[in-house]
Amino acid sequence: MTQEDLPPGVVSTPPPRSSTSGRGRRWVWLGVVPFFLYTFAFLLYPAISILLGAFQDENGKITMKLVASLFEHGSLEAYWTSIKLSVVTALLGGLFGLLIAHAAIAGRLPRWVRTTLTTFSGVAANFAGVPLAFAFIATIGFTGIITKFLQDSLGFDLYGTGFKLYSFWGLVIVYLYFQIPLMVLVIAPAIDGLRREWREAAENLGANTSQYWRHVALPVLMPSLLGAGILLFGSAFGAYATAYALTSGRLPLVPLLIGNVTTGNVLSDPHYGNALALGMVLVLGVTMTLYAILQRKASRWQR
Amino acid sequence: MAALRRRRFLTLGVLWLALAAAYFVVPLLATLKFSLQPTREGYHLDAYRVILQDPAFRQSLFFSFKLAVFTVIISLVLLVPTAYWVHLKLPKIRPVIEFLTILPFVIPPIVLVVGLLQGFRWTPTWFYGGYLILVVGYAILAFPYVYRSLDAGLRAIDIHTLSEAAQSLGARWTTVLFRVILPNLRAGLLSAAFLTLALVMGEFTMGQLMQFPTFAVYISYIGQTQATGAAALSLLSFAITWVAMLGILLAAGRGAGARAAQVGGVH
Amino acid sequence: MPYLELRDVTKRFGNVTALDDVTFELEQGEFFSMLGPSGCGKTTALRIVAGFESPDEGAVVVDGKDLTRTPPNRRDMGMVFQAYSLFPNMTARQNVEFGLRIRKRSAEQRTDRAGELLDLVGLSAQGDRYPYQMSGGQQQRVALARALAIEPKVLLMDEPLSALDARVRVSLREEIRRIQTELGITALYVTHDQEEALSISDRVAVMNAGKPEQIAPPLEIYAEPATPFVAEFVGTMNRLEATVGDGGSVRYGGTQLGVDAVRGRPSGERVLVLVRPESVTVEPLSEGDAPAGALSGRVLSGVFLGPVTRIKVETPEQGQISADVPSATAGRFNVGASVVARFDAAHARVLDLTGE
Repeated sequence: MTQEDLPPGVVSTPPPRSSTSGRGRRWVWLGVVPFFLYTFAFLLYPAISILLGAFQDENGKITMKLVASLFEHGSLEAYWTSIKLSVVTALLGGLFGLLIAHAAIAGRLPRWVRTTLTTFSGVAANFAGVPLAFAFIATIGFTGIITKFLQDSLGFDLYGTGFKLYSFWGLVIVYLYFQIPLMVLVIAPAIDGLRREWREAAENLGANTSQYWRHVALPVLMPSLLGAGILLFGSAFGAYATAYALTSGRLPLVPLLIGNVTTGNVLSDPHYGNALALGMVLVLGVTMTLYAILQRKASRWQR
Repeated sequence: MAALRRRRFLTLGVLWLALAAAYFVVPLLATLKFSLQPTREGYHLDAYRVILQDPAFRQSLFFSFKLAVFTVIISLVLLVPTAYWVHLKLPKIRPVIEFLTILPFVIPPIVLVVGLLQGFRWTPTWFYGGYLILVVGYAILAFPYVYRSLDAGLRAIDIHTLSEAAQSLGARWTTVLFRVILPNLRAGLLSAAFLTLALVMGEFTMGQLMQFPTFAVYISYIGQTQATGAAALSLLSFAITWVAMLGILLAAGRGAGARAAQVGGVH
Repeated sequence: MPYLELRDVTKRFGNVTALDDVTFELEQGEFFSMLGPSGCGKTTALRIVAGFESPDEGAVVVDGKDLTRTPPNRRDMGMVFQAYSLFPNMTARQNVEFGLRIRKRSAEQRTDRAGELLDLVGLSAQGDRYPYQMSGGQQQRVALARALAIEPKVLLMDEPLSALDARVRVSLREEIRRIQTELGITALYVTHDQEEALSISDRVAVMNAGKPEQIAPPLEIYAEPATPFVAEFVGTMNRLEATVGDGGSVRYGGTQLGVDAVRGRPSGERVLVLVRPESVTVEPLSEGDAPAGALSGRVLSGVFLGPVTRIKVETPEQGQISADVPSATAGRFNVGASVVARFDAAHARVLDLTGE
């Protein structure tokens, strides 16, 4: 805007600039250098060393055999099980999380319901790991309280049906304990963004609840839902502690495999762990990129 | 009629929430009951007594707490200036910083620990053999949460306007820092600290693979021989997380920092 | 036979009574506005007609049919909300077609009708834009088209212009009126802006604390306010608390003023005399006391309002009175100048002096 555009008497002032200029500009970077150094040293460098290690054998020579061994039955099975577990818990966690979050936020319930849900979700999402595993062992383990209750009070033998807590589906049940809260926390802002006017306008124009969901709510939520689902996938895929505590490393999952190789429980080239880790990073890298793309798309509705 | 439909809608929502409440609360209650070793004679506090008398319990708890404190210090020392600088003077590199804070999701603890163990084998024993390498890793894990807490706190108080207002009234930058910025950042700082505390106290993966006697490692060890003891410890761990969450809530209040603070932990 | 009725409707929210035994009757094709401050119940009444709230007592009747128990999606009404009501995931055209889609019209019918309506609101070129790509005024026009597409029995509008710029507001309200007249559709309009209500309505209901204080055509509301609240809320009004005198006059302070409207009232009764500033004239006071039947005083302030300047005169022991003078001649009335103010006896309204 030049001086000519302004009415007489008004002097155009430049927009406020940060208080650095010229020589000061260089010093400004000083504030963030420590952070960058630290991240490079302790995040990027380890990642790179993993990358490099995946292509070396125990003597340090370059080889592709470790990466090739990823496609062998043992690790392929682990990847497949990990992906399956992550997809299943992401879908179920996503669905239940959405229903619960929507009920608490958009359901015209008193305010304390939402606050309690959010607080508890924060705690539950952090509860994952060893304690969670033992909590479920205490609940539906072989000598668990609920197992006994079902047996004694309802005559239902849970373990007679072939159910095992340290199986794929047992893990799913336990994983949901932190997946659902994660979903609730992540999707809550998107549900907040569902304006009441949209629902009312839809109703006014003749739509019933399912039509509203089909034509308006789900399309609007979709980018956020997908993004949240991807986040849940990543969360389950990288999980180690819970799986370890429940199965003692016996289920074919990639994190467990890496753990076994690293602690020397399994006889194999330690660089095999690198290859496995590399594979994990690739999978997670792809999912995070998708997430970032979806996030940008979701913010369009927020206008 | 609208009221009738709303009532039906209400019960569906209530049903879901009731089911959710059952799923989330029952395991906690079951764990409590399990830890009290219910027999025909009643409940026993044996499991708790054994745990409390075990020196390893106190040691591992204290050890993890110590690590948590160091992690908080490192994280805050690194990230407070960073968050402040990005916010005030270098908004252009915000995407870079945000990418770096997303990175720990792509490099989960199980992967990071392998990288640290291999990549730093050449370092001196006081680093590689001591717990410093673990703390260093913990700080990385904490970065996303700490940064988001601080960033949300800064955004909530429009630091640019406050700084300029203070400067226009004649304040030096030290005054601005200590009297304007830090007091308002307090909520974000405390949230970040409590989050990190909860994170470190519950962290297992890196502790185990680096073979340190962290609290979670201790729980796992106990769990291999004493199921009831493990149940008791699980409850304790849950209680610690609750205390940390309350700390976050009290510190951050209803602000944006609170919400940013609550997403996820490491497992 | 009224087309749309709210009959004896009462609505409570906890301890608050939002609507207190309210009855409105709209003729077909009428443009009826509910005007009042926040919390007066106007939006509640509209939402009850739409079906988003149910009345605790009373009924909603349209074209002879009692709709009180009918859900909102079956009432066949079109509603325009204050803002943000367009579906963000649909283009303007798709938004307009939405109601028709629900009613299972064929694609061809939908396209034709949507095109027709986008033309009507002047947005045929913007049909493929998304809400976030349109201005507030454009969005509201799409919202209007969308509400009209289903050929509703009644058009409901909840402060549709409040969120828009002043200039857009004026042009859009005229357009709304034009379209409503052209289509002959019964319209119920809610606003807190009295200029808006007065300029486009057939009748206005001025509401206060859950009850209508006056329901009348705009001119009557303005020129003959039925209660002090209406007089205050609509336009500016001089309020003079006076005592009835003899022969169509009142005593105000120490002066006797001619007021036709008090004829027939007992002498000595306390009344509220209401005069619009545009009905009050001021003249410079040269020397001596004021002539009889007029108020003398000093100019307290002069506020430039564009075409007129509002001169506030302080009358000693009598209070203040405002007068609108053409701005071109307002220069004579500097602050502190001695003036005399008077009004035509026929231009004053009189209300009972209630203890408010």
